[in-house]
Amino acid sequence: MRVNLRVWRQAGPDAPGGFETYQAEEVSEEMSFLEMLDMVNEELVVSGGLPITFDHDCREGICGSCGLMINGQAHGPQLGTATCQLHMRTFSDGDTIVIEPWRSSGFPVIQDLAVNRSAFDQIIEAGGFISVATGSAPDANLTLVPKVAADAAMDAAACIGCGACVAACPNGAAQLFTGAKITHLNLLPQGQAERWKRTEQMVDVMDEFFGSCSNMGECTTACPKGIPLEVIAELNRDYVKAQFINRKLTAQD
Amino acid sequence: MLESRIPAGPLADKWDNHKFSIDLVNPANKRKFEIIVVGTGLAGASAAATLGELGYKVKAFTFHDSPRRAHSISAQGGINAAKNYPNDGDSIFRLFYDTIKGGDYRSREANVYRLAQVSNEIIDQCAAQGVPFAREYGGQLANRSFGGAQVSRTFYARGQTGQQLLLGAYQALARQISLGKVEMHTRTEMLDVVVHEGKAVGIVTRNLLTGAIESHSAHAVVLATGGYGNVYYLSTNAMNSNVTAAWRAHRRGAFFANPCFTQIHPTCIPSSDEFQSKLTLMSESLRNDGRIWVPVKAGDDRPPGQIPEAERDYYLERKYPAFGNLVPRDVASRNAKIQIDREKGVGPLKNGVYLDFADAIGRLGRDTIAERYGNLFDIYHRITDENPYEVPMRIYPAVHYTMGGLWVDYNLMTNVPGLYALGEANFSDHGANRLGASALMQGLADGYFVLPYTIGDYLAESLGDPPLPIDNPAFVETRAEVENRIAHLMGINGSRTVDYFHRELGKIMWDQCGMARNQSGLEKALSEIPALKAEFYADVRVPGRADGLNQSLEKAGRVADFFELGELMCRDALHRSESAGGHFREESQTPEGEALRKDDEFSYVSAWEYSESDAILHKEELEFENVQLTQRSYK
Ligand SMILES: Cc1cc2nc3c(=O)[nH]c(=O)nc-3n(C[C@H](O)[C@H](O)[C@H](O)COP(=O)(O)OP(=O)(O)OC[C@H]3O[C@@H](n4cnc5c(N)ncnc54)[C@H](O)[C@@H]3O)c2cc1C
Ligand code: FES
Repeated sequence: MRVNLRVWRQAGPDAPGGFETYQAEEVSEEMSFLEMLDMVNEELVVSGGLPITFDHDCREGICGSCGLMINGQAHGPQLGTATCQLHMRTFSDGDTIVIEPWRSSGFPVIQDLAVNRSAFDQIIEAGGFISVATGSAPDANLTLVPKVAADAAMDAAACIGCGACVAACPNGAAQLFTGAKITHLNLLPQGQAERWKRTEQMVDVMDEFFGSCSNMGECTTACPKGIPLEVIAELNRDYVKAQFINRKLTAQD
Repeated sequence: MLESRIPAGPLADKWDNHKFSIDLVNPANKRKFEIIVVGTGLAGASAAATLGELGYKVKAFTFHDSPRRAHSISAQGGINAAKNYPNDGDSIFRLFYDTIKGGDYRSREANVYRLAQVSNEIIDQCAAQGVPFAREYGGQLANRSFGGAQVSRTFYARGQTGQQLLLGAYQALARQISLGKVEMHTRTEMLDVVVHEGKAVGIVTRNLLTGAIESHSAHAVVLATGGYGNVYYLSTNAMNSNVTAAWRAHRRGAFFANPCFTQIHPTCIPSSDEFQSKLTLMSESLRNDGRIWVPVKAGDDRPPGQIPEAERDYYLERKYPAFGNLVPRDVASRNAKIQIDREKGVGPLKNGVYLDFADAIGRLGRDTIAERYGNLFDIYHRITDENPYEVPMRIYPAVHYTMGGLWVDYNLMTNVPGLYALGEANFSDHGANRLGASALMQGLADGYFVLPYTIGDYLAESLGDPPLPIDNPAFVETRAEVENRIAHLMGINGSRTVDYFHRELGKIMWDQCGMARNQSGLEKALSEIPALKAEFYADVRVPGRADGLNQSLEKAGRVADFFELGELMCRDALHRSESAGGHFREESQTPEGEALRKDDEFSYVSAWEYSESDAILHKEELEFENVQLTQRSYK
């Protein structure tokens, strides 16, 4: 099949960007979306052009590197699917496909379709961990974790950090990402000691970079891992509690 | 010349004795030492975090945009440990024994025993970090059995064990970054090691966003840069995995060990067309419940559902009754190749064998199977458009892991003092074949529990010496060489893309140095690779500029190094005229077609020294005092 592409091209972070049009001929249905872009890029290089820059690595939906706005949808039309897992069989012969980078002030464009997502790292650095020095852990089965808690923690921990939630949100909010990590760690017995401090610090850093959440739910629809909206409820609940508890704890210091 | 520094004493005491006898750096002095860690996959992130915790000044580097991403994140199946929680007869000795045997007796006893010893601490550490391992209803950790093992010793987090372990290490690293103990450099690629007076003193990097070439100096350099499976172009490795860091270290004097030992994984989704950019693994945990078969009759075109039981050949169960579908990877892969070579392949391109869950779904119910493998089934469905709950999966072997790597001693130091290699980048623990769920174990063992101790032994000597200034000629010269290499690639301006050359190289490697190898094929490859390399340097086209983000340039440098590695792999495969583990030499097989080792001749690690002309072979003889060498049998 054959598709028309309208691709956002931007030479650098401060350069003006704009759409360019390309034709992709002889696209096979078995191809992944990124393999289709590979093919376009090879032709661009051979004909003296500059290939389209986009981030990718695992190509199996787990590393979170890839992420394109495809026809205005983060990761494209298929639910629960990262861009790299999308196959061309989802499209039809003659389709026009518009491809853009994530659009959010929290994720500045680097070049073409690649963006800078380091704000996510800063949120994790603010408290998205359990402090345990290497070698100091007790036998793993000394701390029992109810299966339901472990499963729910795993549901939240499945986040791949791609940023689709932010890209899909009309406010550019990062509550789903932040809530996923808070939920994962706050549900586990191991995460209790730092629960309140973690929550407050992560949310405060999140607010420096990202917009505010108005519970529209676009994030969870776009999420390739189906992280549920409950993680945002969890974040909000623990954040409110943290305000009191942290103040009390500081007063005791 | 090759000093493996294996401690004296009984096997079970070696590691403890060693820890006691090596030099320590006292806590107050640790901050006077600077350590560079290249790579933040499982091995690098765990090392950087732990070194930071101990008080060293750490600089960590990754070409990824964040240390939360690395090839490690794709690992699905699980991580081994000798906990013996299921009380099924496991022990440190048994894990050691299985790993040595699984590696076809081509690894060091002392290293493997240590690995089995620290495996338990890894699980404790990760559980304490909040890694959401699978649990039983009573709240205890759950285990499953994994390819090649007759006990249940594999810990897992759904089908995303690598992701969860990496995020655990990443979070530990994030904590050290926030405390200012680790300085993190993302989107930065190491392009050379700087060696001064025989010691590693730093690295030269390229900032992938600005193109700036920079020098970084330290008391020691740790490479945790992953494996080189992408030399085959198609593999299960992440697209950006490459050999450059290890290869550049090799060119600076570090020996490359057992390069021909590559693992071909039996359960991958067969490729569907020529544009395929990578292959997707279906975790071999699937072999616990799936049954592998092909039609008895060659060329049978009926859909699987219409082939009656009597006309199916469950060839692994038939040939290997004791292990059945759980034989080690190399055995499973080679047997799939045999079936396909006999024209019993299935699927549109006749390039697969069936992995069938019908019996397991009948026995355990769909829900149990969904709970165990749900996400793998989804991945498969999405890629192939076929529903594995209803039709059997199709699988075929693909390049997956490289057992070879930089030669290291018991301290994980290469033969270049001050230069260390961890994780898949070193050769140390898996011999000629790695058992499932053992790479995650080894990466984390190296990073959390081995290197942080052993590095002190080297550093202690240089207490009080500042790192070499980066205006020292050693840095200036290495930097100039890196700049020249880039300018050269940019200046060729030929007519073909980097990917074209990578694909061609991959074909040569897969055909001649893949699942089965022979003398004439390897000799052919050794003449084809240099010719292709010459064509690359005459005709490759690297578009754009070097002073900014340029993904084609990144790839060009990596493929250039793959040519040289490919040649060394074939040379190693040619010289090792025995079959061992993943290395199957057609000239060396038993009458039944199983791999035949030649222990009298080849019971050694081949460690290659770089030379402009022909690489020079050094041998580290392997001594076995605690296991008896037997021909592996899984019958
Ligand atoms: C699909 C798949 C499934 C697997 N499943 C399992 C499993 O279930 N159990 C198991 O035990 N093993 C499994 N493995 C193997 C295991 O995942 C890997 O061997 C292991 O994760 C390697 O970890 P590492 O830290 O050594 O390297 P990697 O994770 O590859 O990390 C390499 C790091 O080095 C960096 N790097 C590399 N070169 C440079 C450079 N020049 N400059 C700067 N940075 C650089 C990268 O950015 C990255 O951070 C699997 C492998 C694959 C492919
Ligand atoms: S490339 Fe890894 S998630 Fe898409």
